[in-house]
Amino acid sequence: MPSHAETFPPVALPPRLELRGITKRFPGCLANDHVDLVLQPGEIHALLGENGAGKSTLVKMIYGVLHPDSGTMLWQGAETTVPDPAGARRLGIGMVFQHFSLFDTLTVTENIALGLDNAGPMDQLAGRIREVSERYGLALDPGRHVFHLSVGERQRVEIVRCLLQDPKLLIMDEPTSVLTPQEAAKLFETLRVLAAEGCTILYISHKLEEIRALCSRATVLRAGKVVGATDPRQETARSLAEMMMGAELSTPERPPQGAAGAARLTVRHLSTTSDNPFATNLKDVNFEVRAGEILGIAGVAGNGQAELMAALSGEALLADTGAVVIEGRSAGHLGPRARRALGLAFVPEERLGRGAVPELSLSENALLSGYARKPLVRGGMVHFARARAYAETIIRGFNVVAHGHRAEARSLSGGNLQKFIIGREILQKPKLLVVGQPTWGVDAGAAAAIHKALIDLARSGAAVLVISQDLDELFVLSDRISVLFHGRLSDSRPTHETTVERIGLLMGGLFGTPPDEDGEITRAV
Amino acid sequence: MNDLALIGPILAAMFAAATPLLFAALGELVVEKSGVLNLGVEGMMLVGAVCGFAVTVQTGSAVTGFLAAAFAGAATSSLFAVLTLFLLANQVATGLALTLFGVGLSALIGQGFVGIPLEGLPKLYVPGLTDLPVVGQALFGQDIMVYLAVAAVPLVHLFLYRTRAGLVLRAVGENHTAAHALGYKVLRIRFLAVLFGGAMAGLGGAFLSMDYTPMWAENMTSGRGWIALALVVFATWKPVRAMLGAWLFGGVTILQLHVQGLGIDVPSQLLSMLPYLATVLVLVLISRDVARIRLNAPACLGKLFHPDA
Repeated sequence: MPSHAETFPPVALPPRLELRGITKRFPGCLANDHVDLVLQPGEIHALLGENGAGKSTLVKMIYGVLHPDSGTMLWQGAETTVPDPAGARRLGIGMVFQHFSLFDTLTVTENIALGLDNAGPMDQLAGRIREVSERYGLALDPGRHVFHLSVGERQRVEIVRCLLQDPKLLIMDEPTSVLTPQEAAKLFETLRVLAAEGCTILYISHKLEEIRALCSRATVLRAGKVVGATDPRQETARSLAEMMMGAELSTPERPPQGAAGAARLTVRHLSTTSDNPFATNLKDVNFEVRAGEILGIAGVAGNGQAELMAALSGEALLADTGAVVIEGRSAGHLGPRARRALGLAFVPEERLGRGAVPELSLSENALLSGYARKPLVRGGMVHFARARAYAETIIRGFNVVAHGHRAEARSLSGGNLQKFIIGREILQKPKLLVVGQPTWGVDAGAAAAIHKALIDLARSGAAVLVISQDLDELFVLSDRISVLFHGRLSDSRPTHETTVERIGLLMGGLFGTPPDEDGEITRAV
Repeated sequence: MNDLALIGPILAAMFAAATPLLFAALGELVVEKSGVLNLGVEGMMLVGAVCGFAVTVQTGSAVTGFLAAAFAGAATSSLFAVLTLFLLANQVATGLALTLFGVGLSALIGQGFVGIPLEGLPKLYVPGLTDLPVVGQALFGQDIMVYLAVAAVPLVHLFLYRTRAGLVLRAVGENHTAAHALGYKVLRIRFLAVLFGGAMAGLGGAFLSMDYTPMWAENMTSGRGWIALALVVFATWKPVRAMLGAWLFGGVTILQLHVQGLGIDVPSQLLSMLPYLATVLVLVLISRDVARIRLNAPACLGKLFHPDA
């Protein structure tokens, strides 16, 4: 039992929030094991850890969504319990969720009213929203429906909702994973203003450079335990990552590209129209991916990535058969299986439901896309021994942590399932691989392994297309980068000739107006 | 001349025929807005119809009868609510089972009440107004339940779109995970919505047995519960449109009766089909407008919710 007997000098302010020995157990796993955490007024405090380290569980307990099995919580020096989120809001705790808790078909004002306990009449609330959003530079139109808003604007809704309650503690869960670097820079300004006003910010992110730029203290969780506390400004991104992993981080290196080969995938004048009011139509998209190279497509979510992915995989058939050409064959009219037969493999963004069937075992999931090019089916009958062997090969080759080939896909963590799916596609030796968000929500170790596998595949002669919102990832992987904005695709630039700032501007829609070379735009980190 | 004189009664009958549909559809609309799909409307209407009828026969009080019908409808729906909300049974299957259950239960309760006549509710009479040609009887000569059903339309609309409770209910139907994360009691809100839907279906059924027909016969709702379900989609989850839909369906029902009465040489079975055919047609037309459906349909409709998952 660690000693908590020290008393604070009477003049000093008590910590805004102090957690002592917080423990939370779920069936089969100890999510938080005697976690201690101290948050001072006005500090921006980072909470670090890999997936499954227990960060979400911990903040959910602070916000009252979950309840600790044992341990105490002190709010401004007084012991307290948080029965539910409304109780947390009454204390002055606000939270901006990673997956926004917004309602698409309601207006901004209605969404904000739902998160307030004393919302008052709607027209007055709209006025208060305008006031707060102007004061903190978070432009918002209260009358708009949320489905019209960009991801950045949606986040502003969440933040304004919290700010209207004058929070003393603001919890931000992976706030910048969906923002352009410029949007992120604006968010940091807002957060610094808030902290200067005395608000404590608990900041969860896996972008370590950001944490080094923004936070003055960091607490690191691993497997439910606090394994360290540090000043991130004194650390490097690498040392922070290794603290989280408890092991050495190996970053993949991208060997120089050889001469580009023949075009494996050519997209010409690809346009789509959709009945779905939430969809983004593609407008005259043109690009090609050559053998041996990785093309990265950047862009903020909702700018046509899902539609492009569907058009390439064959999930959405195209009227113009020549819009998608795979290995010299027009494929716009072909479905996914026919396109796979031409040499295409793809890894969709949505792992559970598109990439894998959640309830099926790994060997069955291996079979689902693997049977086309591996001898797993004979005369219509499944060759289970081979399917099992194939699954085992993937599990071993890509270091998938799972309870063997019988494990259900949904029982794997995001990173392990993604390694499995990417392994399943790569082992089929595709001529062309299309990947959406390869490392979304995947921790640093698994991300490095996935990046290495993609680079190795390209260097062995395949063409690889990566669609991602993570610019750091695209700069590690890609030979060339294009940007998707409002359904239009920019021309590609060789990665070594461009910068994060320039791509960031394109992600904000500034096609054809290059910024100054020395860049008046401040970097996000 | 003769034709013009017919229009008044046809209009009046149309509003009456629309009333049970309107009650049931408004109830189901609120249920679906909270994200629950209860296909048991037909069953709940039947239970309401027989209970309302039986209680009125026993007590002689129509008010008690309607209260009993609402209570019986709500009680039937609570069965659905417990099964789907707390025991996580599939909503479609449970709703279908509830309809079958309601058919059987109402027949059992109603055994001793077949063939007993009942008087029905008194009709409004406002001197001068009710005597107006064509619209007089339709607008000023109905009974209280017809007016109540119409009055419920703006009330439900105001509740859904102007009150905080209505906003929370729509939020729960739109995204139950987010609503839960904000601290709203998803299951409790849905439970109350399902009870309201049951009570409204019960009232709709009782209107049939106590007023419209008025008598008890097995399976007397003859598919109106299903029409009410279709009306909710037809209305794209908007109360005023549900009322228009109920009137349209009521109008076609009455019209085909009169066409049969006029002795026009069309097989009567074909005419009886008309209201249902009209429903199918309108649904097909509505479904073509995907955007409108997507914007108004509760996104969590029919999805199970578990607070700890």
